[in-house]
Amino acid sequence: MATEFHNLQELRHSASLANKVFIQRDYSEGTTCKFQTKFPSELESRIERTLFEDTVKTLNNYYAEAEKIGGQSYLEGCLACATAYLIFLCMETRYEKVLKKIAKYIQEQNEKIYAPRGLLITDPIERGMRVIEISIYEDRGSSGSSSGSSSVSGSTAR
Amino acid sequence: MKNCEYQQIDPQALPTPTPTPPPHHGNDTEKKKEPRRPRRKWEVFPGKNRFYCNGRIIVARQSGVLPLTLGLILVTSGLFFIFDCPFLVKHLTSCIPVIGGVLFVFVLITLLQTSFTDPGILPRATPDEAADIEKQIDNTGNTSYRPPPRTKEVLINQQVVKLKYCFTCKMFRPPRTSHCSLCDNCVERFDHHCPWVGNCVGKRNYRFFYTFIVSLSFLTAFIFGCVTTHLALSMWFCSDLQSFTAVELVICFFSVWSILGLSGFHTYLVASNLTTNEDIKGSWSGKSGEDVTNPYSHKNIFINCCSVLCAPMPPSLIDRRGFLPADESAQTGSADIELPTLAAKSEINVVGAAFALQKSPSPVPAPCDCHQNSFCA
Repeated sequence: MATEFHNLQELRHSASLANKVFIQRDYSEGTTCKFQTKFPSELESRIERTLFEDTVKTLNNYYAEAEKIGGQSYLEGCLACATAYLIFLCMETRYEKVLKKIAKYIQEQNEKIYAPRGLLITDPIERGMRVIEISIYEDRGSSGSSSGSSSVSGSTAR
Repeated sequence: MKNCEYQQIDPQALPTPTPTPPPHHGNDTEKKKEPRRPRRKWEVFPGKNRFYCNGRIIVARQSGVLPLTLGLILVTSGLFFIFDCPFLVKHLTSCIPVIGGVLFVFVLITLLQTSFTDPGILPRATPDEAADIEKQIDNTGNTSYRPPPRTKEVLINQQVVKLKYCFTCKMFRPPRTSHCSLCDNCVERFDHHCPWVGNCVGKRNYRFFYTFIVSLSFLTAFIFGCVTTHLALSMWFCSDLQSFTAVELVICFFSVWSILGLSGFHTYLVASNLTTNEDIKGSWSGKSGEDVTNPYSHKNIFINCCSVLCAPMPPSLIDRRGFLPADESAQTGSADIELPTLAAKSEINVVGAAFALQKSPSPVPAPCDCHQNSFCA
């Protein structure tokens, strides 16, 4: 039985959660936020490796942009120090701006790529920036109990 | 759920006159009649923190000697402005109270920011995440006893670093993260728990702490200098001296050395990108004879200082003011925790309830808009 989900709403109503995969952090370059791009085996039959890696790499680039230390961040830091850091109470920080972009990107990825394949990405900020949680759904009517048993619809919805 | 023992719920912040009472209060009839008001995440926070202003302000459970710190600063500065400034303005320059005022305001603001800011608390692992980690560690399924300490080795900039498993938070601690037993939280880039400010000092509030101690050293040195000048000039002009001046002198004399010393120590830590925790444990000093270097240092004092003090401000991960999803706030007692609970008896209910509330049966993740309100302080 082909599982075909057209959007997130349908995913919620007609599917049940089968499994969750957690993409852990990659600490090889220090404590900056970066996730492993290793493709988990549970997703092998669900999504193409390149799509998954693109998503994770783009997220890593966003986080690198948020945490970048350069001329602009030095100026912002000095200005903040001069105002006794009160400026953090009034203005949205650069990190917060990038987090909004990330949230939008994840929403877009979910709608276009992941939901049609019965998957859902949870924003890492909801999990303390420790993991990217990918939920795997099964169609309620199918008899598969674990991931990988149902066929992927293949509709890219682009 | 024993959240009322350690949390202060601001009565002015509650929208309805009869909020949903916790189960152990026994007001079951009210619970059934009133519609549940949406609760914020700080109300079910599992750590030992207290929240004020409806989750905007976070402090450790014990305020330590923060009142003493505030009192000393206010009293000394107050005496300085009242007794010394008039004399010095008359005999020297009127810049003195201006400089003193600026330093005083700086010290107060940074102190309050250090005390009331989330230091970088890591939220505890959700049950699914904890179960996934458990599965990776061992497959015996026997969870009735405490397993041996679990560590994971990672390579950071060609340096082997051991990550420890936190039994309270049910996750492998990221590098430089430590669990504060006073606050019962894992804190990122944990420096130390400072009783003087009544909070942990970690990734998010280290810059406030550093600015506080540096400006406090300037303030105490400044007041000490002014008081000494006042004494000297009084003797020169043979005018009367208040006994309060002697009080200020004593306080400043004893604090200026310790605070200057602390500022110097933290300046060294900032320049080498170390935390007090790592320095005390000697993690990177090579005591054991191995060739270990600090993998987080950029090998350049200026870059280290900038990365610690001028890096972009990271967001708070605990989302204090976010709302709990309405359907989950009903599941307060139905948590089944298979993992070993090693926290103190009084915390087991809290942790269990918090886990139940975080367990998400609904597939669609909570919208990220709820985070935006919590990104303050």
